[in-house]
Amino acid sequence: MRRKTALDGIAALVVLLLIVQVWVLSATLDAFLAGHHDAALPGAITSGILFAATAGLYWFVHRINRAG
Amino acid sequence: MIQLDEKKGGTRRGQLWQDEFSVFMERERFVGRRQLIKFLTLTSLGMFAGNVWILIRSWLHRDQTYPRLEIARAGEIPVGGVKLFRYPAANDQCLLIRTGEDDYVAYSQKCTHLSCAVYYSREDNQLICPCHNGRFSIRDGAVIQGPPTRALPHVVMERQGQELIAIGMSGKLEG
Repeated sequence: MRRKTALDGIAALVVLLLIVQVWVLSATLDAFLAGHHDAALPGAITSGILFAATAGLYWFVHRINRAG
Repeated sequence: MIQLDEKKGGTRRGQLWQDEFSVFMERERFVGRRQLIKFLTLTSLGMFAGNVWILIRSWLHRDQTYPRLEIARAGEIPVGGVKLFRYPAANDQCLLIRTGEDDYVAYSQKCTHLSCAVYYSREDNQLICPCHNGRFSIRDGAVIQGPPTRALPHVVMERQGQELIAIGMSGKLEG
């Protein structure tokens, strides 16, 4: 039961991170198409951090699987 | 017919697509939480790759140089008049507008909405796109009304004696 709750919580968190990442990608693309290239680097860094967080949560799920 | 995979402990598993899109509903295997999280992580990787692609394109674009091109001579067009020219490439149509005795502005002629050709309306003192009635300011190319969301790219000019020379662009040119 606790594992199921943990998985639900992680899935919700991953979805939340993904929504933020979609926003970062669309904002960076919009700025790029408008000719503003300064947003590209912060956008890539933020997206990388969000991906790292998502991958970390997936790794956690993988670890729960192996533990149990 | 679902094939049994002996390597997976003899469980009733075939190809993943056969399991997920099975002909028979009772044999369908729905996506579990772990698989969903795995899929979302791959989606996140895809979006990160997209951001990296934008970053690489930005770095490549940063080195772009524009040619110097004489586009007109001062006094060649009357006040309120327009001259068409191509800059920076042969297929990039631009407009040079004489807005005052000594004032000239130049913009890309491609609307930032769907690349229709904009024209200068002397009565409204605006650049107008006839396709969807997008209107741009003659002062800085900013959007005044209509569906475009981005300003018209501005041709940077310098004056050398009587010659008006295009030296660069500000803003992104539409493909």
